[in-house]
Amino acid sequence: VSVAAAETYPDDLKYHREHDWVRVEGDEATLGITWFAQDSLGELVHYEPPEPGSEINKDVSYGEVESVKAVSELISPLSGEVLEVNGSVVDAPETVNEDPYGEGWLVRIRISNPAEVEDLLDAAAYRSLIAEQ
Amino acid sequence: MQADTLQRTPLHDRHVALGARLVAFAGWEMPVEYAGVISEHRAVRADCGVFDVSHMGELEVEGPRARDLLQSLLSNDLDRVQPGEAQYTLLTNERGGIVDDLIVYSIEPGRYLLVVNASNRETDFRWLKERELRGSEVSDRSEEYALLAVQGPRAFERLELPAERPFTWSMDLVDGIEVMVNRTGYTGEPGCELMVPAEDASALWDAVVARGATPCGLAARDSLRLEVCYPLHGNDITPETDAISAGLGWVCVLEKEFTGVEALRRIKEAGPERRLVAFVMDERAIPRAGMAIAEGGEVTSGTHSPMLDIGIGMGYVPAELAQPGTSLTIDVRGRPRRARVVRKPIYQREG
Repeated sequence: VSVAAAETYPDDLKYHREHDWVRVEGDEATLGITWFAQDSLGELVHYEPPEPGSEINKDVSYGEVESVKAVSELISPLSGEVLEVNGSVVDAPETVNEDPYGEGWLVRIRISNPAEVEDLLDAAAYRSLIAEQ
Repeated sequence: MQADTLQRTPLHDRHVALGARLVAFAGWEMPVEYAGVISEHRAVRADCGVFDVSHMGELEVEGPRARDLLQSLLSNDLDRVQPGEAQYTLLTNERGGIVDDLIVYSIEPGRYLLVVNASNRETDFRWLKERELRGSEVSDRSEEYALLAVQGPRAFERLELPAERPFTWSMDLVDGIEVMVNRTGYTGEPGCELMVPAEDASALWDAVVARGATPCGLAARDSLRLEVCYPLHGNDITPETDAISAGLGWVCVLEKEFTGVEALRRIKEAGPERRLVAFVMDERAIPRAGMAIAEGGEVTSGTHSPMLDIGIGMGYVPAELAQPGTSLTIDVRGRPRRARVVRKPIYQREG
């Protein structure tokens, strides 16, 4: 039985309004879904990742996650090339519920349009966004 | 989906207090999960869970010809049911299609209780009412009652009630509350459904939870029933699907006369063209209702099995593909994923 993480939105991450987070490291970025997203979905039981090497595009679906009841598209916060998929989450999707910003990351990409980073929200802006929902 | 137009059960405040996620279901605002569907599901398989199923309909049929009316409309043989007993049966249309599946309880000679699906309550009531005989009176008692399903291997022990045999009922007390104990359920586990007047619902819920039953929502109810291949009306069985193709021939007594029996005899004689099968995914994917099966047919129910940790489902396939072991290909939003027909039930407790 998985242990749900406590609600947090770390200040060192950037956020997309479709409830993804981004950790920018130079020209690379790690993507995942926020605490809010995993809490809305409930315990995840499936992660359908993109192919390593494929291109993903900002605001477009790059994969899916599923709970027992629901399917949710993963909307990419940035455009780029998929460098790595988190195989541990493919094998144990509940990792996302347990540690959404750490072990529960979903993909690592090479950013193709660094200007897109400017469009992302900071933690405070994302918190106000979800407060309205 | 307007929350203010949805009906609420007498236990609505209990669900809110427990932090349940509430959803619209068949016109009702119902708890879909509390702590989480997977832990709720496993609690029922391992110990005991309680579900508010007060949205289900209760219809009563009374009078000297109550039995005649029901015998002419229901597929199973009511003569096999004595007062104190219950029976799973189908309300069928002229084509042998399934108007609803339900449980009929024999209360006393000339008095029967039908527990029907929430989404079909009005249809069923009208269906019976329009066919009433002189000497049979059909009434909708749904508003008067609450129904709590207490399910799991420790259900009777936790309630301190005698287990008795399934498909029987009796009046008993749970912590001083008088309940109708119906030894039926929708999970594949031992257990009962407790019927009480609506005003006793909260006290009974509190007593059952205090006795250690885990509050469970509709999501666990669905994953539990699908693991044991109990059909869901509206998905796996509908007025357009017949009982033989659905694998429910065992509740159709074709030697008696009832609505649609000629159609069912013909389908049985010729052999159904398609069959409702159970399948498991051989690749990582979760089948969902409405997905196409490449070899022919469609998924009618699908989920992730919390006990087996794989995708499972049911669907109609051409009869020649109904043999256990047959490979199927499920179209998962454009991705072909391999599945395999298995014997029902998909999940069975070891030993």
